Amino acid sequence: MASDMTEPMSAAPPAPVVRLDGVSVAYGRTWALRDVTVSFEPGAVGLLGPNGAGKSTLIKALLGFVVPAAGRMEVLGLDVTVAPLEIRGRIGYMPEMDAYIPGMNAVTFVAYCGQLAGLPGTDAMQRAHEVLQYVGLGEARYRNVETYSTGMRQRIKLAQALVHDPDLLFLDEPTNGMDPKGRDEMLVLIRDLAHGRGLNLILSSHVLPDVEATCDRVVVLDKGRVAAAGAIDQLRGTGGQVFELRVKGDEQRFVGVLQAEGIECRATDEDVMRVFMPPDGTARTLFALAAREGVQVRHLRPSVPTLEDVFVRALGAGAPGADGPNAGTPEHPSTGH
Amino acid sequence: MAIHDQGYRRYGGHREPHGTAWTVIAMAGLRAVFRRRALLAVLLFAWAPFFVRAVQIYAAANFPQAKFLAPTADTFRQFLQQQGIFVFVVSVFVGAGLIANDRRANALQLYLSKPLTRADYVAGKAAILASLLLFVTWVPALLLLVVQMAFAGNLTFLRDHLYLFPAVTVFAFLEVTMITFAMLALSSLSRNSRFVGIMYTAFLFFSQAIVAVLAVVTGGTSLSWISFSADLTQIGDAIFHLPLHYDMPWPVALLMVLGLMAASCGVLAWRVRGVEVVT
Repeated sequence: MASDMTEPMSAAPPAPVVRLDGVSVAYGRTWALRDVTVSFEPGAVGLLGPNGAGKSTLIKALLGFVVPAAGRMEVLGLDVTVAPLEIRGRIGYMPEMDAYIPGMNAVTFVAYCGQLAGLPGTDAMQRAHEVLQYVGLGEARYRNVETYSTGMRQRIKLAQALVHDPDLLFLDEPTNGMDPKGRDEMLVLIRDLAHGRGLNLILSSHVLPDVEATCDRVVVLDKGRVAAAGAIDQLRGTGGQVFELRVKGDEQRFVGVLQAEGIECRATDEDVMRVFMPPDGTARTLFALAAREGVQVRHLRPSVPTLEDVFVRALGAGAPGADGPNAGTPEHPSTGH
Repeated sequence: MAIHDQGYRRYGGHREPHGTAWTVIAMAGLRAVFRRRALLAVLLFAWAPFFVRAVQIYAAANFPQAKFLAPTADTFRQFLQQQGIFVFVVSVFVGAGLIANDRRANALQLYLSKPLTRADYVAGKAAILASLLLFVTWVPALLLLVVQMAFAGNLTFLRDHLYLFPAVTVFAFLEVTMITFAMLALSSLSRNSRFVGIMYTAFLFFSQAIVAVLAVVTGGTSLSWISFSADLTQIGDAIFHLPLHYDMPWPVALLMVLGLMAASCGVLAWRVRGVEVVT
């Protein structure tokens, strides 16, 4: 599956910001990453996967928090085992969990993080003010971090990751626990960092719209392995049209017929299925097959391929009934998005 | 105005070389300590015995009737022993939260995602506690020596007790190093600084109690190495050329202290990590 969906190498690809070669990480007897070989190109790359896929482990291995059992890792052209401090000086990390330095107000906290990253005290303080303004905490920068709401804590985690002006950002579930408005603002920030300020970032998430809204490329992990990697637009492309379809009649048999004709089907949360036509397939083909099999077409609407389609196909749950309609489906954001 | 329009600038300024981050941690920690008024009061009150001793030395130097108060090597040994109560208070109130609070707030992964090593982190935290403990032990003890010279108006006492400066220094640093590492190790074991303080207190008093009970049962003090306070006392006596308190060789006490430091370093190496792995 991974090899089928991995984008072919172009003639002169830009140097990847992160490169993993045969990396395996184990926690005791449990393998969190298995022989992962993948490159993260410059720009915004989404790291997708269901819970437990190994996304956070991959980031922690790159940070040097966990030592791989096998394999080689490079960040910004530097070997993780040879130059960990140089790497950490050039990256910013926004952890998934709530994290702060106790007993500090926001500006002191962010300036402190800047100093830890090597900035002189005055520069760190100036950067702290600027970055807090940038992430939308300008008004609250003299408040103790411990009094912050969940959304504010997400923002300050981003601020501390940015204060020393890294070349590469690791964002681990950056919209966790945020309300819809805050989430949208965070995504605008991330998109601005990647596309407006030229920062490279790797966004780990299981929320597909977050990745779709901010990233140009994705790496999909499943059970510690790379299930798909490449540009989102290319991965989404099926070569044919996509339809939402609802039929009345023997649906299971009809799905079997469609698959026998080379038409891929996937059930969704609603009572419609998504139908991926081959390049020469049209709506007329579907109507003809329905008429032949004696089922009524009750709903047929053209659609566009989504990242979720990529994700589900990568995880091998494309066919309805494989593991239930939502098998391997990542979490969707809360209502109101 | 959208948030991102408020601007984000790239930074092209100077960056400090790696290896200096521990000083940033230490300075921030000390600033945090000095913001706590109660702790500041304790630190100032810890100098009260120094002033009492200074008056004693002044009286002995200037009034013939007070000659019996003249300082000896034991005066400095006793002074360091008396400071033990402040060492305990500072250790509990400053040391207990040094790593425990960071673990509670998941701060370790923030620290270790910056260009600093685990050793830098521990060194920064150790420097906070160690500098405060030296401030209530080594600094006043050395100042007492200076005060003695100043009030006596000559160097006779210092010439007669040349070993006092190194003795004070070695003992204070040994005590501070042992307590700092033990407290940091304990602090790394929990997310609750109060629990760490209680553990440290219990550990200290329980081992003392066991030594007392064993002394009654065995009729001797040869098993005093069980208590690290007793070990420190024994080493202090040896360093200051005084009769030993307990029936055990001082190298045994030294081995126990060094063993505690090694065990503490092992605990710190195990617990100070960017990620907590539960298998």
